[in-house]
Amino acid sequence: MALDQSFVGRTYPPTAPYEVGREKIREFAEAVGDANPAYVDPAAARELGHPDVIAPPTFVFAITFKAAGEVVHDPELGLDYSRVVHGDQKFAYTRPVRSGDRLSVTSTIEGIKSLAGNDIIDVRGEVHDEAGEHVVTAWTKLVSRAAEEA
Amino acid sequence: MATTIKYADVEIGTELPAQNFPVTRATLVQYAGASGDFNPIHWNEKFAVEVGLPDVIAHGMFTMAEAIRVVTDWAGDPAAVVEYGVRFTKPVVVPNDDKGAEIEVSAKVAAKLDDNRVRVDLTAMSAGQKVLGMSRAVVQLV
Repeated sequence: MALDQSFVGRTYPPTAPYEVGREKIREFAEAVGDANPAYVDPAAARELGHPDVIAPPTFVFAITFKAAGEVVHDPELGLDYSRVVHGDQKFAYTRPVRSGDRLSVTSTIEGIKSLAGNDIIDVRGEVHDEAGEHVVTAWTKLVSRAAEEA
Repeated sequence: MATTIKYADVEIGTELPAQNFPVTRATLVQYAGASGDFNPIHWNEKFAVEVGLPDVIAHGMFTMAEAIRVVTDWAGDPAAVVEYGVRFTKPVVVPNDDKGAEIEVSAKVAAKLDDNRVRVDLTAMSAGQKVLGMSRAVVQLV
């Protein structure tokens, strides 16, 4: 079923802040096997000019995707989440995410398309810190695959 | 920004050191925990097959995280990455054996941009298939 085009441009309220901690960053860096000291050693991060350890570039996805979930699960939109796959992902950074950040995400539906029975939805997540400064923007393309013919 | 790579030293076609990243079922369980993505297609073979996949597949975001390591290891300071985008074209299939799968990542400078920035194009392969498309990073050099 084609999704309602009137949702394009809809912006959802900012999420409650996510507090970024050193140990969560360490856990993520270890999970991707990345030994860059800037992720685990505050002194090494400071040497690079960062006030505390920074997160790997894709770390923020866990936060923006959770925020996008509020869009995806919006009952009014009616997306069949059980058939959703991740199509594209893009980030644009003003600065890296770092330990101590309290990040809030504002999600906007940028586009809705129907292609060969698949519903394609583009969500933009603007991530700001506690001071209201922009940290990163995440663009997520989700594809809800057409249901098989019964 | 504390990368040591100089814009002047980089040309279109400059290759970054390529790397291979192993991925096993244990890797995926660890990534699921760290990322909070517990979709069973990444750890439950029965479920993966039921939804039409050949086997358990890696998280696309795991592959995305590995691929950019070629750039962050080159730049030294991960903050040099100012833009990064990919398209998930094929899954990385991870069999339940001792070896798992491997993600082979290569990268080269594709364009020199303004303000000492370069565009790096990445290629990520697994089992002979391109697993990421349109995989590009914009990197701030000095």
